[in-house]
Amino acid sequence: MLKIERRPAPVWVRAVIPLAAILVTFILTSILILVAKANPFEAYYHFLIAPLSGQVSAIEVLVKSTPLLLTGAAVTFAFSAGYWNIGAEGQLLAGAIAAAGLGMALETFPPIVAIPVMILGGFLAGMVWAAIPALLKVKLAVDEVVTTLLMNTVILFLISFLLNGVWRDPLSGWPQSAQIADSAIFPKLIPRSRLHLGFLLAWVVIGLIWLVINRTALGMRMRSVGMGPEAARFAGVKVGRTMLTAALVSGGIAGLAGVSEVAGIHYHLIEAISANYGYTGIIAATLGGLNPLGVSLAALFIGLIDTGAQSVSRALGVPIFLGNVVQATLLLVTLGMLLLQNYRIRRV
Amino acid sequence: MDIFLVGLIAATLRVATPLIFGTLGELICERAGILNLGIEGTMFLGAFTGFAVASVTGSLWLGFAAAVAAGVIAGLLMGLLTVRLGVNQHVSGLGLTLLLTGISLFAYRIIFGERSVQPSIDTFPKLAPFGNLPVLGPIFEQYALTYLAIALVPLLWWLIYRTNFGLQIRAAGENPEATDAAGVNVFRVRFLALAIGGGLMGAGGAFLSLAQLGSFIFGIISGRGWVCIALIIFANWHPVRVLWGALLFGGVFALQLRLQSTGMKLPYELFLALPYLVTIIALTLAGRNASAPAALLKPYRRE
Repeated sequence: MLKIERRPAPVWVRAVIPLAAILVTFILTSILILVAKANPFEAYYHFLIAPLSGQVSAIEVLVKSTPLLLTGAAVTFAFSAGYWNIGAEGQLLAGAIAAAGLGMALETFPPIVAIPVMILGGFLAGMVWAAIPALLKVKLAVDEVVTTLLMNTVILFLISFLLNGVWRDPLSGWPQSAQIADSAIFPKLIPRSRLHLGFLLAWVVIGLIWLVINRTALGMRMRSVGMGPEAARFAGVKVGRTMLTAALVSGGIAGLAGVSEVAGIHYHLIEAISANYGYTGIIAATLGGLNPLGVSLAALFIGLIDTGAQSVSRALGVPIFLGNVVQATLLLVTLGMLLLQNYRIRRV
Repeated sequence: MDIFLVGLIAATLRVATPLIFGTLGELICERAGILNLGIEGTMFLGAFTGFAVASVTGSLWLGFAAAVAAGVIAGLLMGLLTVRLGVNQHVSGLGLTLLLTGISLFAYRIIFGERSVQPSIDTFPKLAPFGNLPVLGPIFEQYALTYLAIALVPLLWWLIYRTNFGLQIRAAGENPEATDAAGVNVFRVRFLALAIGGGLMGAGGAFLSLAQLGSFIFGIISGRGWVCIALIIFANWHPVRVLWGALLFGGVFALQLRLQSTGMKLPYELFLALPYLVTIIALTLAGRNASAPAALLKPYRRE
């Protein structure tokens, strides 16, 4: 007889779950590929293998994963402390506004000044945008899920206001800002590619949050609040202060994603500066199990799916939105399958 | 009463309609203990399904019914994740929104391809029961779905406060353990609440594509689902207050549109952002005495 018990599963199960989730996702989404009259095996070749088989497209995977590494790190940092920051999208946009504003203003400064100032400014802007819901949560116990979500929409109006008004590009007349100064543009890591300094910045951030979460007193307080604020308070942790710190740093990191997109990719502020990177960051953080290394692998994988979706669309005419469906399905399947790690099967 | 004011009231009711559908849908879910962040995606799916079925079959009501059915399925999917499996409600709701948005866009491309001209359909006609009433007549010139939305408010109130099923929903949202002990199947009640709620959200989305626009555009919902989430708190989880909240939001939005069309130079984005800011302030003020269902966000497991 076999019996299912509610006890932590053996360690190897945890390692297998992500792979099993990917497999299940592909089986589920192949229905849509069949609907689009394409061969699922061919489609998944273009999805996963083709982007990695050429140098240009392989680098593009890294480019696409750059904002996700940052938003994934941002979400991870807040979630670790039990602060449900759904607002990485808005905080990213705040960082993008700051980067564009500073980037346009710093014309006379050399890159060695302009770039650090922009990075710092973007971090602060993300922090400021995160501060409103965070303070409401900590001081007045207002649920942060709803407020961070609403702040995402509010800042979109601010961007629209800027781009249709004072910041409208005088050259093109389009609703986009003027181009940032040459000295503010992120240098390329590989010549003649789109891979830029932001990718390096993202890895530094990933390394730092790993260090903070796992090796500092602040990280320990954050994790204890994340596991249960009541118990943490009882153990003498200042819950409000810890949560506030986590929320603000999280907002700052998300702001860096905005800086990276403006200074590394677009060079203008545009309304569509973020392709839902803030929300996709939540996917990356969840898939990676809130472990910085796992989160960065998840961000790279999502970058691969984004690049792959373009390649499937070009080669087989399958709508590019398949990429969005695969990402969301993967998230939901993983959420469901993570429950398996709470159970083990025993022979009785 | 001048024409400006009459037009404003009529537009307010129109803008409020999808919000009433969506918020009532979310209300049922939350009263049963589930925060359904899948609402944005469910409304998007409803808008798409309604439009696609209506343009293929030529029947607007068939499109509407299909949108409601799609919403019910979306609600059941949310139930599978949060009720059956008991996973985190925030993340699964957002995941559901991303999934349903992606599937809708994918299916739209499959059915309609990439066209330079936006496919469109003839919308529902407006009813004018008091068409020849002087001055006030235009206020009642509304789509049938607007009347349906307003009629749903007392209906939902009756369902939640005056029926046995409503009692079970409230009980499941307040204290699932005791509800279970009293012999009520909490899982079933929560699933049903999510199904009904999803159907209402789908209806709200379909109003936009079948009545207001007559087409399906990618920004068709553009955050209306999140507004509904906010309105619930504004309404303190009460169906009648949902109506006032939706009308207030609709009013500000309609006023902004009117002022813009009169050529007044004003930062209309500020007006658009205003309802969100008001909601955040309302949340802050209501925060202390808000009566959220006690078991909201808590998965129920039988040991």
